[in-house]
Amino acid sequence: MDGIPGILKFRAAFGRQTIAYPEGPARFPERFRGLPVLDPKGGDGGRAGAAACPTEAVRDPGTPGLAIDLGRCTFCGLCEEASPGAIHFTRDYRISGRTRDSLRVNGAAPLLAAALDEKARKLFGRSLRLRQVSAAGCNGCEAELNASGNIQFDMSRFGVAFVASPRHADGLVVTGPVSENMREALLKTWEALPAPRLVIAVGACACSGGIFRDSPVQSNGMPGVPEIPVDLWVAGCPPHPITFIDGVLRLLGRIEGDSLRLAGTGIVEPASPG
Amino acid sequence: MSTRVLQAWNGEAVDSGDVPVLPVDEFQQIVADAVTAGARISSYAGRKDGERTKVTAVLADDAQGRLGVLSCRVGSSWPSLASECPSIQAFEREIFEQFGVKPEGHPWLKPLRFEPPHVPGVDPWGRIAKPSTIPGDYPFFRVEGEEVHEVAVGPVHAGVIEPGHFRFQCHGEHVFTLEIVLGYQHRGVEPMLLGGPDRRTVALVESVAGDTVVGNAISHANAVEALADFQIPARASVLRGVALELERLANHVGDLGMLAGDVGFLPTASYCGALRADFLNALAEICGNRFGRGLVVPGGVRFDLDAGATARLAEKVAKAWEQVDGATRLLFESPSVRNRFDATGVVSRETCVELGLVGPAARACGVSRDVRRDHATGVFRFLHIPTVTGETGDVFARAWVRRLEAERSAEFVVRQLRSLPGGPVRAPCPLPRPGRLVVSLTEGWRGELCHVVETDADGSFLRYKLVDPSFHNWMGLAMALRGEQISDFPLCNKSFNLSYCGHDL
Repeated sequence: MDGIPGILKFRAAFGRQTIAYPEGPARFPERFRGLPVLDPKGGDGGRAGAAACPTEAVRDPGTPGLAIDLGRCTFCGLCEEASPGAIHFTRDYRISGRTRDSLRVNGAAPLLAAALDEKARKLFGRSLRLRQVSAAGCNGCEAELNASGNIQFDMSRFGVAFVASPRHADGLVVTGPVSENMREALLKTWEALPAPRLVIAVGACACSGGIFRDSPVQSNGMPGVPEIPVDLWVAGCPPHPITFIDGVLRLLGRIEGDSLRLAGTGIVEPASPG
Repeated sequence: MSTRVLQAWNGEAVDSGDVPVLPVDEFQQIVADAVTAGARISSYAGRKDGERTKVTAVLADDAQGRLGVLSCRVGSSWPSLASECPSIQAFEREIFEQFGVKPEGHPWLKPLRFEPPHVPGVDPWGRIAKPSTIPGDYPFFRVEGEEVHEVAVGPVHAGVIEPGHFRFQCHGEHVFTLEIVLGYQHRGVEPMLLGGPDRRTVALVESVAGDTVVGNAISHANAVEALADFQIPARASVLRGVALELERLANHVGDLGMLAGDVGFLPTASYCGALRADFLNALAEICGNRFGRGLVVPGGVRFDLDAGATARLAEKVAKAWEQVDGATRLLFESPSVRNRFDATGVVSRETCVELGLVGPAARACGVSRDVRRDHATGVFRFLHIPTVTGETGDVFARAWVRRLEAERSAEFVVRQLRSLPGGPVRAPCPLPRPGRLVVSLTEGWRGELCHVVETDADGSFLRYKLVDPSFHNWMGLAMALRGEQISDFPLCNKSFNLSYCGHDL
């Protein structure tokens, strides 16, 4: 069928695509790796997991302080494979925090970003315009940030959207380890944002340099750019669109509490070691 | 191809001592003759070798499915081949930037990615101490004249995309030239891979380009397995093929939606944005990550599926494809869309061959090259995906080729998921053997991903050269813009959708 009638017919059959979250459950595959829970007394206490980790995210293995720095974690799951019993990745997609240190998790407590103060919530809570800068991001985080705006995740239903100019933006979203070659452009973009302004670091690279940590031509992410203070750190490699949206909504005080509603897809069983 | 080169096949390891080290003039003559005779340059890269630089070239003879490997040792300069073989121009600039080997007579010698030199103290651009490596800080090509003006775009763009700088010389809307400056994304991937394989290696290779995780991971795993003389189980091989085609589907479908958005055809833009997720989610069903991270490792794949899961996944992919078929039909049947796509951003077949373009960008020009067919490895040795070509070399051809390719990929994925061979998906892969070299090519969704890996006397990586398809294709975009309207730049750019970080490494 041609033209507008064909489009309308397809549209009707396509149906509603927007996900149920946050009113309803967030749907994730069984094998999705979100927040890890740690048991220092289980298995080998994380020793083999620490040795297998590509980014040295597993800290203090074999001690009661066993922790994973989610700011470095690529969520590859190799540590769980190596240290079953000590490390287990859950499907809890809420993995963002207000300080860089808060991304270091141990035990099984949820990691929930706290809201801004009342004045900032009043300013940004109902409308937040963001300018994104990829500072040597590999296009993984960028792709998921783009997906956050598609008709499934539809971030703009919360009044949150990306804009083309820093002059129109309330906040900056940074991805990538911040290459030397992007440092100046990043600083200039930040300076072009009118105050008050928020900054969100997205992904392992922006939080720590990720897999590129200690390469001499980058800055180990936003901790290496002290000129720009960060308000929200979002873990992941890349963070799932719902992880990003959840972090932003918690920052704005639009989601509170720690009740976690998850749904499966009914396609694939949980992973067994291959 | 000259008998003086070492002949090899894709994914076949050779003793690195068998690669002939020829005098510079003979080396260059063989490369130039081979390119004239129709071979492509897959890789052309240096490494420090005493006081000199050892350059190793990989020539691809697509018709015969063969690769030719040859080397030479060069001092501080050599004659440039770029005027004869334009496809070599970026490689010569790379070798100059990294090792200070000046290509005398290069038609446009300028920094490639503004990276610090690989040899301390040898800065070809004369920057001292800590070199200022701000990309774009150099004299651009300029057109002078009354009413001629310049438009500068980037590195920070309007959308959520990677950084690069585009400099247009225009007269009104008319573009005379587009000059593309990259390097903003340089992270130092290749130096970080040296001395491996180590625990970072796979994750690093996966991060070369975050939209080509599976493609690069397969190229890497094939290389390491060849260096170790190891064969993966059949089931792993098919699952890798399935993942590679899911990655192609996700990107092709997503980009068809973006192209629809760029010409203001919002229905398909919306639908494809959502449908792309079905293919990403299929990858996440298998391995937990929407981009296929953590799936492919040397030795096989890390995740298996039971029979019920493969059937449900096949059904989901088949259903998603049906919807893509409908959504893209709306796009290609819309006269206003065809009006914008047709004859926009044309690259001629001659230009395509001269520049050595690869992937859908080349196939859209009628140049039939596809690693899956020409240099088949893994599952593609046994199960063939028909190669699609266009003829007009314009935005329409690039879009249409990708639409048809995605259809073939969907058929392949569904069929393979329904008939997976039994057995394990992973076996322990030994370490690479010392003193070997392998060329590992994979047809990623943008085209040929080339990994050339050489091991030292301990079996560690002595040189790990990565060539992303974008390395060949960025010049294709620059040529496509000549004579176009500047307002069509976003559309032309998206029709190539090249990788910045894949180029910048």
